[in-house]
Amino acid sequence: MAAGLKAGLFLLCLAPFGWLVNAAIGADLGPDPAEAIMRETGLWGLRLLLLTLCVSPLRQWSGRQWFMQQRRMLGLFAFFYACIHLAAFAHFYIGWQGALLLEEVLERPYISLGFAAWLLMLPLTLTSSRRAQRRLRRQWLRLHRLVYPAAILACLHLLWQSRSDVGEALMYIGLCALLLGWRIRRAGRRQAGRAPL
Amino acid sequence: MGKRFLGPRIDSSEITPEDVWLNRRQFMRAGALTVPALAGGTMMASAAPRTGGEPLRFTTAGNGDQGFSTDEARTPLDDITAYCNFYEFGTGKEDPARYAHEMTVDPWSLEVGGAVKKPGKLHLEDLLGSFDLEERIYRLRCVEAWSMVVPWVGFPLHSLLDRFQPLGSARYVAFRTLYRREEMRGTRSFTSIIDWPYREGLRMDEAAHPLTLLAVGLYGKTLPNQNGAPIRLVVPWKYGFKSIKSIVRIDVLEKQPPTSWQQLAPNEYGFYANVNPEVDHPRWSQKYERRLPSSLWQPNRMPTRMFNGYGEQVAELYSGMDLTKHY
Repeated sequence: MAAGLKAGLFLLCLAPFGWLVNAAIGADLGPDPAEAIMRETGLWGLRLLLLTLCVSPLRQWSGRQWFMQQRRMLGLFAFFYACIHLAAFAHFYIGWQGALLLEEVLERPYISLGFAAWLLMLPLTLTSSRRAQRRLRRQWLRLHRLVYPAAILACLHLLWQSRSDVGEALMYIGLCALLLGWRIRRAGRRQAGRAPL
Repeated sequence: MGKRFLGPRIDSSEITPEDVWLNRRQFMRAGALTVPALAGGTMMASAAPRTGGEPLRFTTAGNGDQGFSTDEARTPLDDITAYCNFYEFGTGKEDPARYAHEMTVDPWSLEVGGAVKKPGKLHLEDLLGSFDLEERIYRLRCVEAWSMVVPWVGFPLHSLLDRFQPLGSARYVAFRTLYRREEMRGTRSFTSIIDWPYREGLRMDEAAHPLTLLAVGLYGKTLPNQNGAPIRLVVPWKYGFKSIKSIVRIDVLEKQPPTSWQQLAPNEYGFYANVNPEVDHPRWSQKYERRLPSSLWQPNRMPTRMFNGYGEQVAELYSGMDLTKHY
């Protein structure tokens, strides 16, 4: 049962990618497939990143450990979409010209933010194995708090691209703020609990 | 399980799209009102609804010699109509194609005022009847770094302005898009930060330039709504947002008018907005562009040309100006 649920979640996470590949093969992404791929992979990366942040509150409310066990997969999928997003940028927008890529990353603040978010997710991906978790122990927990700045940067990366309507970006920022706010409140309560009476 | 219905298969191309069907009804209504006054069938065209797709009469002569047309591969009509920026209908590229049919374009009138000797209002029918239409195949470069090649049908803006006789003091021309909240869902978005109606402007010499076109058609037929029906501006050496759509008002002015994008983010969008690979938009590099349609296998990425390749015709307008300052 648990394995089936996990497989189901895996397929759900993979579905946007499958849809993109299918649409790309069928030349069904419109006249500017580069833009469609960039937008979709970016949004799915962000959505999955925020979904990983939903795991802790869901576990607490439901009392089910199952959510916790899915967190790594959700995080890895977030990184997966972020990687395609970055590769599509390098391919379609930069044409794999190193100097131009560097210029874009350094000179366009919103690209810097997106790239920084990707960089922050990189060590989290590399240390996602159980072995790394065991070896790093308490350090692992501290390291994986990088997911918070990564989510914030990814939200700002989206907001910065709004042209005249910030509605979509605000929706994600609102969700991100709720999830981080919940953590801040929880941390505050813990501290209060530990304090001497 | 019941028997599956295996009736005659109807191709989706055979089904009349709803908007066409509605237009046909509008057309019949218009016809019923005007037919008694008309002598023959030839004038029926002027009573046709202008929601796109009505054939136009135009010439193509002479364009090649004057550099008014390019023989580069044209972007297919379907792509030009499917991929648009027309924020009155939403910020997604596909939003205008989905929602612009909600805009009524018949009847339509264009008001011209300001520093002119004879201000007035023109109905679209009169407008179409009194100018010789010609086809111009122009490159269109969007500030977002995609580009198209579009066969417009229209007439030079100066021939319209001349009719209203601008005063000697006239130095600028301001344009305004239709603003009708109930028909334009993008303008109802409460998170939108554009101050509607959409406004654009040109300097008088830019407006008078023979390349500057008022387009009423696309691929030989009247403009589809999402492309700015029934009448729009086309300024091929400037970024696409200068080519304001669905114009209802033109004012000739002595002072430089504020424009929508400039009001929103003056550090990003200048008044001139000339296509310039040397001056990057803060968010989009302008060195390269993606010529549409592009595909995964053929990204169609190409270097952007100064003044979108129209430098020979327009560079003179900006001699002595610092285009990094007047971007």
